[in-house]
Amino acid sequence: MSKYNKKIREGIVSVAFLISALVSVAAVILISIFIFANGFSAIGKIGFVDFIFGQTWKPANNQFGIFPMIIGSIYVTLGAVLIGAPIGVMTAIYLAEYCPKKFYSVFSGLVNLMAGIPSVLYGFFGLVVLVPLIRNNLDSQGMSLLAASVLLGIMILPTIVAISQASLKAVDPGYYEGSLALGATHERSIFAVKLRAARSGIFSAVILGVGRAIGETMAVIMVAGNQAIIPKSVLDGVRTMTGNIVIEMGYATDLHRQALLATAAVLFVFILIVNLTFSLVLRRSLN
Amino acid sequence: MKKTSVVRKIFKPGFLPRFFVKGGALITLAVILTIVIYILVNGIPNLNSKLFAWEYNSENVSMMPAIVNTVAMVVVTLLMSVPIGIGAAVYMVEYVKKGSKLAKIIKLATQTLAGVPSIVYGLFGALFFVKYLSLQLSILSGCLTLGIMILPIVMETTEEALRMVPVSYKEGSLALGATRVQTIFKVMLRPATPGILSAVIIAVGRIVGESAALVFTAGTIAKPMASMLNSGRSLSVHMYVLSGEGLYIKQTYATATVLMLLVLILNGISSLIARKLEKNTTTEE
Amino acid sequence: MANNKITIKDTELYYSDFHALKNINMDIVENEITAFIGPSGCGKSTLLKSLNRMNDLVEGCKITGDIRLDGEDIYGDMDINMLRKRVGMVFQRPNPFPMSVYDNIAYGPRTHGIKSRIALDEIVENSLRGAAAWDDFKDRLKQSALGLSGGQQQRLCIARAIAVEPEVLLMDEPTSALDPISTGKIEELVQELKDKYTVVIVTHNMQQAARISDVTAFFLLGELIEKGKTDQIFSVPQDKRTEDYITGRFG
Repeated sequence: MSKYNKKIREGIVSVAFLISALVSVAAVILISIFIFANGFSAIGKIGFVDFIFGQTWKPANNQFGIFPMIIGSIYVTLGAVLIGAPIGVMTAIYLAEYCPKKFYSVFSGLVNLMAGIPSVLYGFFGLVVLVPLIRNNLDSQGMSLLAASVLLGIMILPTIVAISQASLKAVDPGYYEGSLALGATHERSIFAVKLRAARSGIFSAVILGVGRAIGETMAVIMVAGNQAIIPKSVLDGVRTMTGNIVIEMGYATDLHRQALLATAAVLFVFILIVNLTFSLVLRRSLN
Repeated sequence: MKKTSVVRKIFKPGFLPRFFVKGGALITLAVILTIVIYILVNGIPNLNSKLFAWEYNSENVSMMPAIVNTVAMVVVTLLMSVPIGIGAAVYMVEYVKKGSKLAKIIKLATQTLAGVPSIVYGLFGALFFVKYLSLQLSILSGCLTLGIMILPIVMETTEEALRMVPVSYKEGSLALGATRVQTIFKVMLRPATPGILSAVIIAVGRIVGESAALVFTAGTIAKPMASMLNSGRSLSVHMYVLSGEGLYIKQTYATATVLMLLVLILNGISSLIARKLEKNTTTEE
Repeated sequence: MANNKITIKDTELYYSDFHALKNINMDIVENEITAFIGPSGCGKSTLLKSLNRMNDLVEGCKITGDIRLDGEDIYGDMDINMLRKRVGMVFQRPNPFPMSVYDNIAYGPRTHGIKSRIALDEIVENSLRGAAAWDDFKDRLKQSALGLSGGQQQRLCIARAIAVEPEVLLMDEPTSALDPISTGKIEELVQELKDKYTVVIVTHNMQQAARISDVTAFFLLGELIEKGKTDQIFSVPQDKRTEDYITGRFG
């Protein structure tokens, strides 16, 4: 091959690499444009306040208030974090500080497996196990805020466990040793010093869990009941923003369809805020 | 006397934190095992050859069409996305300075993509591929949507694997007069292969498990695809539709079991690769 | 007068297959500064960490023999946390906790059950005074300890160690990460500490051992080669190997 050909080939391949790298940038731009352009035009027609703070979602009457769904998403996510964060963080501490070596690979393998189980399987499990459990023991139809929160709490466990564990393991061992050398117990050294040193990592784990919970769709629909009203108790049904989209997108037309896209736009904004917080916290924890 | 010493033994300092840590771990363990075992125990007895018949109809909700479509989606999506992901990772590692503006923008974009929920991908696919590019509800629209979705996974893992390749390999190759591109293909990518492979396995897992991004892009038609432009449901979508109908509970359990087994197999493969990776890095030290 | 604070008898220590300490016998006298010297890997730090059982953290570490603190077997019935309260430690790399100066020093006393703010305030001040650091730190008790310089961090760590009122203070190359000026300050401080505490210091710096210690013990390949009054060790070493080491023939 001549030197000239070689140079051209080098150039072409480099450009191919550059284009590949720009695909993700293009994708983010396209996603933002398509979701926001459609969403904003609907919000324009419905009116920002009526859309965001409207309490009534009745597409047949041209009433498109998604406030119940926003609150629904927030409730469900809050519930998931209340359940998933403590259990996840405790599990991470167990894996990092207590787990016998032999058992470690089995346990962390199972946590990995948990991360790989599809939403529909979680949803199905919730439908056939959690929902009847709630229906039979509590004054509820079963499909409820409680069911959705518990299920999502389970689903965000692997995220919280993995990141919390990594940040615990990244803590300078000198802290732990320093605390032991002062006569503190293993427990005090972990809870008063190590956990404190790892707190922003653990916090970022929880934020990532929030992101997963707020964006989760299929599993939530299967157990939440999906009534488009603000639940009065954890035993009532609830509809999230994601649920709103999937349930009605199949048959929606015109403004109704656009209102669903606008719901996605609002969801997207929520996700972007969560992600931004995550990277800010993570950056702080690295410093 | 003895009683108090037992009490003291249980309530010695650090009892409460220990109780919470072990309790939390126990709950997590119980939850995982319950989910896996529950689905397998209820599903395996309901597996039968009829459920793998070629034809789907209301008497026999065969999952075969969905399996065929899933396999096709996995193959096509990987073919589209993996080369792009690897190319992008190579660009990030070899062509662009780590702190540069371009690197930051690409990184930010990748992180954003990784956080986008699947339903948003689904809607985007419906607006862009299905409508705007007129690809209709089709396997192709589904694959394109999934392709973007798995891009960050492939990119980030490959990037990590490439950065682990010792600089001496690269310098050695360049010193022998190899060009940059030759060095990348012949020297850099080979040691990064196990890392890339594990990214591919994770990506396969996401494709197999995805449903929200596919309902409005590939649709829910329960036929094995005739072409890329036909609509077709994947196994996860099949599972969603079946459990929503609520008529075929036994078949739903069976489908769930097949899906769970797939996930278990993929997980097994990826932990094998991870173990091999660990061995490689420890022997190198 | 010469009261043995710690007695070490027939002590052997293995890290898995590696024989790190071989038949160590020595006494450490109360209110004296004992220096452990020797080339790296000679076991001096290992022996130091055996005295407050920090070696227990190392996987595969096995220790036999008899180490006593005031006649009490520290590997026997003694509560390990009480042992570490009585035998404090300052590490090679300053390791203040990621909290304020005040909380760092109050951490130990709080661990051992002191909750009253007034008592803690007093302990913090006394400990900082004891570490000759009160004037430097009194106006920044609320500041994060991570923002301090290396020398200040190490003095904080010494203050933190004496806040739990230990009887013995173990120092594992406390100045190896510091600049000469900070090193000088720490050395001065160590000499003041011996009025109240029994100090054992590991150092790879022979001049340091000569400057500050009363007794010096020389280790080589896990064995205690020679131990004696510091001025004697440095002027008329009994063992050829000690002489070779202190004259810089190996190290």
